[in-house]
Amino acid sequence: MAIKTVLGLFQDANQAADAGDALKESGVSEKDVDFLTDCPYPEGAFGEREEPIRLFLFPFIGGLLGFVGGLMITSMTQMAYPLITGGKPILSLPPMAVVMYEGTMLGAILFTVIGVIFESRLPHKMTEAYDERVSQGYIGVLVTSNDDNSQQVNDILSNAGAVDTKIA
Amino acid sequence: MQEGRVLPPAQINKDLLTSILTTPKWYWPAVGVCSFIVLIASIVVGYMINKGLGITGLNRPVMWGFFITNFVFWIGISHAGVMLSAILRLAKAEWRRPASRAAEVLTIFSLMTAMTMPIIHTGRPWRILYWVFPYDFARGIFPNIRSPLVWDPSAILTYLTSSVLFVFIALIPDFGILRDNTTGIRKKVYTMLAMGWQGNVRQWKLQIVAGVLLSALILPVFVSVHSIVSWDFGMAVSVKAWHSTIFAPYFVVGAVHSGVSAVVFVLILLRWAYGWQDYIRKEHVEALCRLLIVVATGWFYYFCMEIIFGIYGREADEIAIRTLQFATYPWNIIMIIFIVTTYFLPICLWSRKIWRRNLYLVSAACISVNIGMWLERYILFIPGQINKQVFTFTWASYTPSVFEGIIVLGTFALVTLFLLLFSKVMPLIPLYDIKEGDILKTEIQVGRRTVPATFRED
Repeated sequence: MAIKTVLGLFQDANQAADAGDALKESGVSEKDVDFLTDCPYPEGAFGEREEPIRLFLFPFIGGLLGFVGGLMITSMTQMAYPLITGGKPILSLPPMAVVMYEGTMLGAILFTVIGVIFESRLPHKMTEAYDERVSQGYIGVLVTSNDDNSQQVNDILSNAGAVDTKIA
Repeated sequence: MQEGRVLPPAQINKDLLTSILTTPKWYWPAVGVCSFIVLIASIVVGYMINKGLGITGLNRPVMWGFFITNFVFWIGISHAGVMLSAILRLAKAEWRRPASRAAEVLTIFSLMTAMTMPIIHTGRPWRILYWVFPYDFARGIFPNIRSPLVWDPSAILTYLTSSVLFVFIALIPDFGILRDNTTGIRKKVYTMLAMGWQGNVRQWKLQIVAGVLLSALILPVFVSVHSIVSWDFGMAVSVKAWHSTIFAPYFVVGAVHSGVSAVVFVLILLRWAYGWQDYIRKEHVEALCRLLIVVATGWFYYFCMEIIFGIYGREADEIAIRTLQFATYPWNIIMIIFIVTTYFLPICLWSRKIWRRNLYLVSAACISVNIGMWLERYILFIPGQINKQVFTFTWASYTPSVFEGIIVLGTFALVTLFLLLFSKVMPLIPLYDIKEGDILKTEIQVGRRTVPATFRED
């Protein structure tokens, strides 16, 4: 059975939220409904389900890797040719700490960015139903449905006040 | 903080993409002038590499002159980005919205420009490779990590990478808007950069969390960068005037002072150049000026502490350096100009609300701060080296050559050129941030007054 996506465009956030409620009442699963906007709305504005994210794990992993990288750079490069300079120990912790600190922060930030992209499911193939009016302030209610239900979903969105609908 | 009117999203797109979708008459002449200055400066750099550092005014004992002064100045400017974007984002300050992108971008370009200075200063830039790779390949002798000069690139590269990623993540939604508002080859490029961004609930949630998380992560880097730059000097036992424990916070606060002033000036220029009166409003400039009064006074406190503690101990070296700075021509004149332009003049101009809302006066104050902060670094670094110290066999003063002047001028043109080119391909005000601010705006009735208010999500 072919999977279809149905997009309804709304001018008002309340109407989009009502459309979401109507879809739920008609038996459409919450995970099949998504809301597309051109800016962040307060969480739960459309009565959407809570999206669990695991972003906080990434900086810890990155920070740890960065710390180990910093430790290896500062210790192994000095141990490679143990030249005593200024009577100081080969492995002097204060200067090592500076580079290790920068390594830790760099790793944490790099992995956070990787985490944001990964958790946002990017890069992502644009759904064919996407409408450029979303970036003009319209709120898109995007529903994934099977071939049989797509017309019914389309009708629900239209009845909820969608200014335009699209099935792709 | 609610003087602006709520604009429809389509209008916001049209207004804020104007720098990308249209080309004002002044744009290409401005790019041409900046490119020409950068070209001249590049030729001078080439000439200097060919002839050697002898064409500059650098000579024993003053081996750090205009280039290092300029390096620290641009590192300082780069601190505005994080200051405005990260701290104000964490503090949920509404008025950060129009200023954040310009500040972050200024951070990136000033950092990139700053990095050229020590590279040029080496005289033989290809040897910069030794900061990363062994300087003796056969025996595998790596750089000495005990030197602050090695910490510097690690901190600056971390800050630059972090800032670029910080800006990139915040640009993804705007790439989506650009994808939807362009055609042809530009649409293809923006489609690629947007990576399939649709603006669904999950993506926005991550965008908000990422903003807060990256702000929290980048703040310690921001503090570390200028601290480490200050240690280039503070850790140098050989130059007595530089060997100070207060240098790290003094440098960080000074950097914020000059950086935020530069951002305010850039915002005023953007407002004038692109007609963004609805976005960069006088209330924003006024709020930034209030912040600058606090930062400037904090900086002035550190400046006074540095001088007072120097003189109070009556150490011969300290007395000699302060005599040079305050009582010897031309350093005393530079010192007066520096103190007046960095603190007293701008504080006066920011002291009254009506003046804080006069963009000409605010611009003058911000330029004044940056002239002063450049001179601050100059008067901090040069007299310290001129001051007579034991075990140095030659004494001389420092007169910068015209070549150094041209290269320094070239760095200002380079940052301006970068900003101009950036404004042609990416929005300098985050569109989604402005739209989000508008969504949360409302009015509440308090007694007989209707007060503008902003909702904030915790």
